[in-house]
Amino acid sequence: MQARPKILLVDDDPDLLELYRELLGRLPSQPEIRLANSGSKALALLEAEPFHLLICDLKMPRLDGLQVLAVVRRKYPQLRTVVLTALTDEQLRSRVYALGVDLYWQKPGNEQEVQLFLDCLESLLSREAAGGFRGVQSKSLVDIIQLECLSQNSTVLRITHGPLTGRIWIQGGELIDAETAGLEGEEAFARILSWKSGTFEQLPAEPGRPRRIFKSYNALLLEAAQAMDESDAAAAPMVEPETIKPPPPIEQITAMEGVGSALHFGPDETAPVESRGVETPQARLRWARQTLARFQRLGERLAVGPLKQIEASSWQQHVGLAPVGGGGLLIEWLGRQPPGRVEQQLKTAAALLQP
Amino acid sequence: MKWFRKTAPTLRPLPAGSFTVDPEGHLLASTLPSDYPVSLLRELGLQVLATFREAHATGLNLTDLVVRYDGLKIAARELRGGAIIFVFPQTPFGSVP
Repeated sequence: MQARPKILLVDDDPDLLELYRELLGRLPSQPEIRLANSGSKALALLEAEPFHLLICDLKMPRLDGLQVLAVVRRKYPQLRTVVLTALTDEQLRSRVYALGVDLYWQKPGNEQEVQLFLDCLESLLSREAAGGFRGVQSKSLVDIIQLECLSQNSTVLRITHGPLTGRIWIQGGELIDAETAGLEGEEAFARILSWKSGTFEQLPAEPGRPRRIFKSYNALLLEAAQAMDESDAAAAPMVEPETIKPPPPIEQITAMEGVGSALHFGPDETAPVESRGVETPQARLRWARQTLARFQRLGERLAVGPLKQIEASSWQQHVGLAPVGGGGLLIEWLGRQPPGRVEQQLKTAAALLQP
Repeated sequence: MKWFRKTAPTLRPLPAGSFTVDPEGHLLASTLPSDYPVSLLRELGLQVLATFREAHATGLNLTDLVVRYDGLKIAARELRGGAIIFVFPQTPFGSVP
């Protein structure tokens, strides 16, 4: 028998909490419901036990809903999140979705809206076990791309897979470009398709986007499927064919144009540190850890979503810092770099180190 | 079921604009909305100053800083021990001026 899903409901109004507990009790999946009347209590509960779904109000004293969601997004990326609010501001709605929230719902005003809300929640809970891409129920990314191309649509698909983000441009039913973590065109497309789960959203079409993919979508999907089959097969224990192994990621990073040194560190002091070309690794490591932690905390306080990267420079040097799997990556470039290079190379380097 | 909705929605918007802080982190001038909490600007300023200061102590003589979040970009330049700081909200569709 499948375990009952667990929902954590956060609102500073105790009456509403009780009312919603009753309403959620109507869900066919009979979820176990826990209540928290503040953001900090919610975070403490999440720390103590696993949940399937978080329903959060936005306007709360001290730690508001956006701040709670910013923390949750970083610490529990797999947790489904729903914002339930009285606020109808479109900019706020867009900001909430930018934080990676599954559903933004205005507090229901009548019985019909309550029923709709419950239907959506049930749908979210039932999708929980199935995997696949959030945004379209039980469809793989290949299905989504095929649907868009067959319908001759023009759109941009923005796909998020943990800390990675990719975009696929479709124009008049044809795949014209893709981009992720420093990769472009077909290479980026193949990388995005190798992601097994994530979230996606459709952005308005960009008709002016230059074309970098010239193969048909069918051919590309076929190639990607073959590559995935091969990687699955490679994962199975078998006799290793003779292959040339690529150099370790840290070597690939220091081989990038303009890069002078790199330092990759884990989430805590006991985790291994690898560095290449760093003159004073201990001092750099301390600065990198402090700086990442400082701006991660600030991001949570301002509720502006996860920290992506930090660039720092002077007239003679350039430094980049990115969070990687709980730890981080520090790169130093030789001399001042042209605009955009540091951001791009840092993104690529962080992607190389992703577990 | 009118009581489902609360009144007076006042969630803090993202900051957009620039401000300067002195070496102690005190706010000197700002183009941000006057109702944006000074405490938050001060905190932002202090974090930027601490980053510059610690970088110098490490042998990194940095003068410019860009911090990118999903929803906000912070750009700062050291200014005679203090700093000028620009904040730009970001959306999935690009930067908000």
